[in-house]
Amino acid sequence: MTLRNAIDQRFFVDPIRCIGCKSCMQACSECATHRGKPMIHLEFVERGFSTQTVPMVCMHCENPTCAKVCPADAIKRTEDQIVQSSLKERCIGCKNCVLACPFGVPRYYPEIDQMLKCDMCYDRTSVGLKPMCATVCPSEALFYGTLEEFESRRKGRPVNSFQFGEQEITTRVFLVLPEEEVSLRMDVIAHMDARFDSDAFDHIDPFGHLEPLPMQGGGV
Amino acid sequence: MSDLPLSRQELLEQFGPTLRYRPPGGFDQQDDYEKLVPTHCCFCGQQCGIHLKVKDNAVVGFEPRTDFPFNKGKLCPKGVKRYLQGSHPDRLLHPMKRTEKGFVRISWDQALEETVSKIREIQDRYGRDSFAMLSGVSLNNEKSYLVGKFARLALQTANLDYNGRLCMVSAGAANKKAYGIDRASSSWEDIAKAKVIFVIGTNIAECFPITTDYIWRARDNGAKLIYADPRMVPMARTADLYLPLRPGSDSALLMAMLHVIIRDGLTDQKFISEHTVDFEKAAAEVKDATPEWAAKITGVPAEQIEKAARWYGEAETGMILHARGLEHQVNGVKNVLCCANLALATGKIGREGCGHSTITGQGNGQGGREHGHKCDQLPGARDIENPEHRAYIAKVWGCDESEIPRKGLSAQEIMNEIHAGNIKGLLSICFNPLVSLPDANFTREALGKLEHYTVIDFFLSETAQHADIVLPGSLHEEDEGTNTSCEGRVIKINQAIDPPGEAWQDWRILLDIAERLGRGKYFRYQNAQEIFNELRLASRGGTADYSGITWERVERENGVFWPCPQVSEKGKETLDASELDSLHPGIPRLFEGGQFYHMDKKARFTPTQWSESAEVVDSEYPVWLTTGRVISQYLSGTQTRRIGPLVDQYPHPRIEMHTRMARQLGIAEKEWVTLETRRGKITLRSMVVNTIRPDTVFVPYHWAGKQSINMLTQRALDPTSKIPEFKVSACKVRKATEDEIREAVEAESWTSHIERLPERYGLDDRRSELTR
Ligand code: SF4
Ligand code: SF4
Ligand code: SF4
Repeated sequence: MTLRNAIDQRFFVDPIRCIGCKSCMQACSECATHRGKPMIHLEFVERGFSTQTVPMVCMHCENPTCAKVCPADAIKRTEDQIVQSSLKERCIGCKNCVLACPFGVPRYYPEIDQMLKCDMCYDRTSVGLKPMCATVCPSEALFYGTLEEFESRRKGRPVNSFQFGEQEITTRVFLVLPEEEVSLRMDVIAHMDARFDSDAFDHIDPFGHLEPLPMQGGGV
Repeated sequence: MSDLPLSRQELLEQFGPTLRYRPPGGFDQQDDYEKLVPTHCCFCGQQCGIHLKVKDNAVVGFEPRTDFPFNKGKLCPKGVKRYLQGSHPDRLLHPMKRTEKGFVRISWDQALEETVSKIREIQDRYGRDSFAMLSGVSLNNEKSYLVGKFARLALQTANLDYNGRLCMVSAGAANKKAYGIDRASSSWEDIAKAKVIFVIGTNIAECFPITTDYIWRARDNGAKLIYADPRMVPMARTADLYLPLRPGSDSALLMAMLHVIIRDGLTDQKFISEHTVDFEKAAAEVKDATPEWAAKITGVPAEQIEKAARWYGEAETGMILHARGLEHQVNGVKNVLCCANLALATGKIGREGCGHSTITGQGNGQGGREHGHKCDQLPGARDIENPEHRAYIAKVWGCDESEIPRKGLSAQEIMNEIHAGNIKGLLSICFNPLVSLPDANFTREALGKLEHYTVIDFFLSETAQHADIVLPGSLHEEDEGTNTSCEGRVIKINQAIDPPGEAWQDWRILLDIAERLGRGKYFRYQNAQEIFNELRLASRGGTADYSGITWERVERENGVFWPCPQVSEKGKETLDASELDSLHPGIPRLFEGGQFYHMDKKARFTPTQWSESAEVVDSEYPVWLTTGRVISQYLSGTQTRRIGPLVDQYPHPRIEMHTRMARQLGIAEKEWVTLETRRGKITLRSMVVNTIRPDTVFVPYHWAGKQSINMLTQRALDPTSKIPEFKVSACKVRKATEDEIREAVEAESWTSHIERLPERYGLDDRRSELTR
């Protein structure tokens, strides 16, 4: 695969599909260059209220803030538009990049005094393979392919332009927004029978020792 | 013998679980591996294709296997990290005998001789059936077949059963009753083509993660997803319709759905009259099962039940998927039959985008229940009580029909009889009943009553710690053979490495014991392929007919679906591969054209009546307890509780409860909570969420000892399938006392966090995420 082809291949992150399994993290830590450290993060939106999780890879910005703020020039962007992880010889562990990235991606590893982040599996993507995390993701919450391929078979709106205050950022990676609005906060009670009260269970009272439970539309 | 030979601490130090984080030789080894072996993951019934990287007779890493059609490279975290079980410091490397000083190394000769003399002694004194065997479905088809033959002809005992008894047997029994065959009705491709997908009693995202992609593909084409579960599990979160039914109320919900389908004329009358029997009887039983009635039992609003029924009934195509949530009940078989009634009433089976399938939890759960290590079956899913079936198998085995024992006891019944002192000896292979059977204290007592126990395994599981003789067997990657995936696809497991140390391939161990028992003439195999070829012959003409499947075909075609009969024009007895190659394509989708596997080719409706679970909540035990899995662990955790990155992902079991219950009991997130049932109590940390019913608590079951939720579950069995009721118990919940907390903290420290490998690395800094 030529570099030109590689550029047609895009990376899509679709949090709605994410099942929180952490395959992506486990697989990323197996990448040849990572040696046991995952470069992808998985965030729980708010576990108490939802099972929604959000995977976060480097967005590979057109104009990467991390590289701009790096005093040691340790972060390079390749001609095929991949923002590389820091160069070991150059990184001085100052954490400027960690603070500056609008997506919160770079991580500082004190045991090696270096910043590491997703390099879109350069060892794989540069030879025509898919990134490790997007290959294994069971739910295709992480998807690697062309924009046409995505649009021909998937729902959701891929976006790659983001506004952070004054700063407008265009990224190589697309974030997929749901077609309709989705509520991230959820409560099982809201889905239960409104008549779910003590005499809904004739023979038993599951909350005999607790306060009665007649509610719908829920919340706590 | 009830006591352990060593203290818990000493056992832990010698046999783990030790957490392993890095491949042998470190991550650098991964680059210059010697070969990539195409094989499959061993950690669930999806059997994802995977490549193992091998160097110096050790598995050093993995590479996605994008050519395998089921998963196309996709893997869950267990698949990714499975390679870390090889070269594990806890691996059993030589035979051992239990002494007063603990387990000591002995020779194979001594270990096998002692086992055989104990088998003889016990059987001479108490009769042949007093020696039982328990088997596991992490074993491939060849070994499952061999175990069935070994128990019947070498041990000559009727009492053989397997750990699939704790898994899909309810679905198996119901499928046989409804459709005449025990297999998923369709390949998973039909899920992607369905217009409505009804999922009940399965946390697909965590237990069958690759299946989520099939569901998403359907949804991208406009399919609706209906999800019924007491918890809003990850896929339920996104469902078009979510039904939060309470544990044990499944059949009420399903009967009401059938009621609506019949009432609203959504049945497929042509299909019913041409291809089924007993529809009227089933219809009569749901006459009064209105959505309002079911709402009271299930807690699901009546309108939602109506909507689910209409969506499923009206759609052109539809798929029903379920798993242990529905099946691990005393009403398990009935619950599955209710699903079959729905599929049959709407004619949504046997055509594209339609089907009714159970999700197979265990690696070879499907194949493992077809070839005869189930107490009531002979190879080919034949009935052990059927004279013709017995005669056929006797012919294949070259024995007299009378030499094949009759139907024996099921797994829990075997344990009950051990406890009662009627079964005195046990041989087990890859089964950890102390963690996986319900009422663990009862199981522990039972193990203490055995006069002799020999175990074949690769790690010293919690149950194996009670053994007299330990025989080191083989890991998945140390042997070759076939497995059968959830879809009914027979696939090839390739050997990547040789067993380490003095460990042997399991089938060699069984052959040697058979020889020493003087029954070697029945077990003359040079390799596993010879066992498979005999299995083909033995399965021929049975419902699970594998006779047209050869190892070569499986490799070449990336799996072959059974039934795949031998279609030899000459009708010869030979199963010669060259003669049979490609003669029958195998059947991905069963029942096409409405052809079922009963004699009259018609499917059966089953009239069902609503009945409660064996234990229901009351004022003393007012909360429903249900159990299940987490994605990073597999079954009793014998393998996965030793893999560091997987343990870190979910280090300890927690009690999941609704915010409302937590508030009423004054319990905060991560606070220590004590859960009690009539069998025992457990103290774990809480997980306070809004994503579970407020009258239900959930605890995952993969942990041992004081963290084992199976101390609290009950031994009540489904009358047909003999599956224990893991999914429904009555419990009470309260804050833990100081003493209970102290004990629980101690239990945490010895269950999984001993680290002998200093290079621990990687995901640990993210560990806290899970506990958020
Ligand atoms: S592998 Fe995919 S589904 Fe799993 S956590 Fe990562 S992004 Fe989410
Ligand atoms: S693209 Fe590669 S480096 Fe980036 S998160 Fe995924 S696996 Fe890790
Ligand atoms: S455990 Fe199941 S889903 Fe996970 S990788 Fe293995 S076979 Fe695939």
